[in-house]
Amino acid sequence: MAGSVNRALRIAGRRVLASIPVLLIVIVLTFLLLETASGDAVDAYLLSIGGGDATVAEGLRQAYGLDQSMPARLWLYLSALARLDLGRSVAFDRPVLGLVFERLPNTLLLMASATALAFGLGSALGILAGARPGSLRDRLLSTASLIVYAIPGFWLGLVLAIVFAVQLRWLPTSGIETIASGRTGLSRAADIAAHLVLPVGTLALIYTALYLRVMRAGMAGIWRLDFALFARAKGLSRRRIVLRHVARNALLPLVTMLGLQSAAMLGGSVVIESIFAIPGFGRLAQEAVSGRDTALLTGIIIVSAVLVMLVNLAVDIVYAALDPRVGASEPGR
Amino acid sequence: MLIATSTRRTFLQAGAALLASTALPAIARAESAPSGGRLIVAADSEPKNLNPAIVASNGVFFVASKVIEPLAEASFTEKDGLSPRLATSWEGSEDGLSVTFRLRENVTWHDGKPFTSADVAFSALNVWKPLQNLGRVVFAHLETVETPDATTAIFRFSKPTPLQLIRNALPVVSSVMPRHLYEGTDIATNPANTKLVGTGPFRFAEYKPGEYYRLTRNETYWEKDQPKLDEIVFRVLPDRAGAGAALEAEEIQLAAFSAVPLADLDRISKVPGISVITKGYEALTYQLVVEINHRRKELADLKVRQAIAHAIDRKFVVDTIFLGYAAAATGPVPRNAPEFYEADVETYPFDVDKANALLDEAGYVRGADGTRFSLKLRPAPYFNETRQFGDYLRQALAAIGINAELVNADSAAHQKAVYTDHDFDLAIAPPVFRGDPAISTTILVQSGIPDGTPFSNQGGYANAELDGIIAKAAETVDTAARTELYRQFQKLVAADLPLINVAEWGFITVARDTVLNVASNPRWAVSNWADTALRG
Repeated sequence: MAGSVNRALRIAGRRVLASIPVLLIVIVLTFLLLETASGDAVDAYLLSIGGGDATVAEGLRQAYGLDQSMPARLWLYLSALARLDLGRSVAFDRPVLGLVFERLPNTLLLMASATALAFGLGSALGILAGARPGSLRDRLLSTASLIVYAIPGFWLGLVLAIVFAVQLRWLPTSGIETIASGRTGLSRAADIAAHLVLPVGTLALIYTALYLRVMRAGMAGIWRLDFALFARAKGLSRRRIVLRHVARNALLPLVTMLGLQSAAMLGGSVVIESIFAIPGFGRLAQEAVSGRDTALLTGIIIVSAVLVMLVNLAVDIVYAALDPRVGASEPGR
Repeated sequence: MLIATSTRRTFLQAGAALLASTALPAIARAESAPSGGRLIVAADSEPKNLNPAIVASNGVFFVASKVIEPLAEASFTEKDGLSPRLATSWEGSEDGLSVTFRLRENVTWHDGKPFTSADVAFSALNVWKPLQNLGRVVFAHLETVETPDATTAIFRFSKPTPLQLIRNALPVVSSVMPRHLYEGTDIATNPANTKLVGTGPFRFAEYKPGEYYRLTRNETYWEKDQPKLDEIVFRVLPDRAGAGAALEAEEIQLAAFSAVPLADLDRISKVPGISVITKGYEALTYQLVVEINHRRKELADLKVRQAIAHAIDRKFVVDTIFLGYAAAATGPVPRNAPEFYEADVETYPFDVDKANALLDEAGYVRGADGTRFSLKLRPAPYFNETRQFGDYLRQALAAIGINAELVNADSAAHQKAVYTDHDFDLAIAPPVFRGDPAISTTILVQSGIPDGTPFSNQGGYANAELDGIIAKAAETVDTAARTELYRQFQKLVAADLPLINVAEWGFITVARDTVLNVASNPRWAVSNWADTALRG
């Protein structure tokens, strides 16, 4: 047991070290990317207030340090970052750290629920489909999942909202909770859960298809392996073979995908948060781009990158636990 | 900006008549409107600075106008087109060097301090004149504000300043701020800019970023029996389809500023209990304008500009892009401003043959591929309609042998390209007419404006005669003479085409029938909503 904890710690330590240069590259690239977009934060701000004269623009540029050269600004930003200071958002006129942590819980809730749902539903349906590859059930499930996967997220979200919120009125159309309702405790949690059904459902449905297909494909391959044949030859019940032997071994690639998908999920949440008016990370990122708010966008990307790294770290540790061969051959022992 | 019944009729005839019948039930005056209730409305933006005395934009006014009051608000029926708010009367001197405001008595700020002429003097001298985008123009020559007593404020100017301009600008530039909270502080960063303290019918209660603003009833409002509502909640709904869905699901009761897209209006107007209302934006008319870069040799030729004006089918634009919720424009002042509007100007009826003939005359004959020359066309991305008009204009220009390369960019990029870098030949802009040409339209054609000034003449157009009229109108005190100057201004703009006015439109409100007294003045969405009520 102590060995596996040690191994987990070692993996974690190596990951953190390896991630620092990656993060640095990401930051510089983000900075340069926003730099190539025409117009700066002051242009965007003046637009939002309906105009202003050139002297005002000049004054604002000086106040925010936007009149300095690009390398000078990048250096200022990096040296502030080295002191763990994420800077100040121009568009919101607030420290970036506060803004980011204000929105993070909503996005985490959305992503975690959607990932759990997609993983659970996807692997369950994948097992159903992969239990008898080529059967009618398999084909129906595979086709249906492809159709859902092909539907654009924003459209799916709008249709679900029209059906369940506007026509049937079972669920609220948007928002994270009933505004200014004064609810607390369990009643508030239930309210938030009701608001999350549609956005989580929309986000999860799209990724369910992916998990289903990976699970099914994995299982289809395993049926042909010796140990599966052996289990059948032993006369084990089909149910037992499917769950204990085939599905369990097909789970590994699914866990890998879980880590990879966490990044894609962050991207998908931009659209979903916008449609369902959830004040989260994705929407903040969108506002940062249109406001040319470099500090805010870079802050969001740093926190997102850390988030994705943490998820992948957790995945690696789970992986090592599921399959002891992983990590055994890693250097640094 | 006297907008009386007759002008509303004109506007309706001009394009939006169909809607009047559906809108009537909701607009009916309900003097005995029930009290109480929470009105939830859609908001699509969250301004970082909510102070209307500093930022006079519609997004700010939408929320802030319920909390902070101007000296006077626009009115359909009252004298000068103004309804008194914090001022009860205003009078200008013959020489245009002073204006005397009588202020309302027994008004208190939301924090309990009394409102006095000192607040007005402080706001005018420390905020409106130096800090506000429009106040800088209106109060350019303001020297002092005398306060002989608590309810009198006398504005003294170093050069004649027309009372007509001040009157027309009052609803937009005169939001009064509490001196006791701002004096001696950095006004631009004062916390009261986000947590507003005013004299209005509603108090600023709460802001949850990304979710909502909440205002609550001011129990000690100066107007008896107002406000009617207990609360107004502005719910942030960034997605346009979201606002329509929330209205249908009765989660919100009103969406102003065309938050419901034009294409959805036909369907949503058929939903029982929901009305589409076109009134209430008469003093916030938007104009669809083709901006022209006169540095381009071809476009510096009047014949080419005339040809482009003739190539645009305004009726098609109104009917197809605006689905009828707009009117064709004739010049730089919209019909909704009857005080200034001049109908007798050069017009450019849709005529492709004439346009082609003009271009031939100008010496730009079609090449072997049928093209005369190429242009860069940048439509502003702020409205669906400006982008769609970009697509239309490209085709309309193709019909007369001009190849327009369409460049779509997001807001910040468009802003920089057009108003700072001048990297355009034609651009499509949606300027707003704010009741007086001096604070709306003249900046679009006048010369000598520094580069980088948004929404201004950045096309390099210079016309000494036009500049002369603008300068003269700025110091003409006599209302009739000043109005006459702006009529000349319109004729000159229509004849010389520094830009091409295509259409003018107001926003649309979609509301549930339970909301009473919607659209009760020409700036309704950005007015105080003190008489707005909910039927039980």
